[in-house]
Amino acid sequence: MRVVVQEAPFDAGAELNAFAKGDTDIGAVVSFTGVTRDVSGGLARMQIEHYPGMTERALTQICEEACARWALADVLVIHRFGTMEPGDNIMMVATASRHRADAFAAADFLMDYLKSRAPFWKKEVTADGADWVAAKDSDEDALDRWS
Amino acid sequence: MINVLYFAWVRERIGLPKEQVETAATTVMDLVEELRAREERYALAFSDLSALRVALDQDLSDFDASLDGVREVAFFPPMTGG
Repeated sequence: MRVVVQEAPFDAGAELNAFAKGDTDIGAVVSFTGVTRDVSGGLARMQIEHYPGMTERALTQICEEACARWALADVLVIHRFGTMEPGDNIMMVATASRHRADAFAAADFLMDYLKSRAPFWKKEVTADGADWVAAKDSDEDALDRWS
Repeated sequence: MINVLYFAWVRERIGLPKEQVETAATTVMDLVEELRAREERYALAFSDLSALRVALDQDLSDFDASLDGVREVAFFPPMTGG
């Protein structure tokens, strides 16, 4: 299990190639990369604030929960903070398992939980000013799928 | 003495990221009432608790939770990671 919280950009392809490398008992690797999206046009940049300490703790707990629920050989979560431009990678998760069903389900679970349980806050900056991104009820509702 | 941290718009409304608070509050709600009574900016930040989350010593918690033994309280809006 590897949890990384960093300001610097990361190379999703290189991370994925290095993930679970050499483990010959794995039949499936699933990954998801979150990218800074210009939702309504005119996004200059996105600023992501986090809670140092709690962030690493929350992400580790979420990964441990995924490992308890599914047969995973490895889990990777990378999440950035600081300033991103449209098109920049924000975060990625990867899961490795013997079979794809566990790898897919665990990646889905990790995304649902880290969206509303890891202490990150996004702020969108446009020419008109800056606004905090509001959490969606649907993100909270998504957690019910796993209870 | 408790370390109180604020994030995102809660930090902006109150105007600082963290402070040490001398308090006899026994629950999070008691602490919120003390902070609300301080100044308008606190009252504004804590006006709608349904729009806020609280963490005690870096674990998500509830506003009716006890502060017994707690060293760090953080207030912030619902999280938007991913």
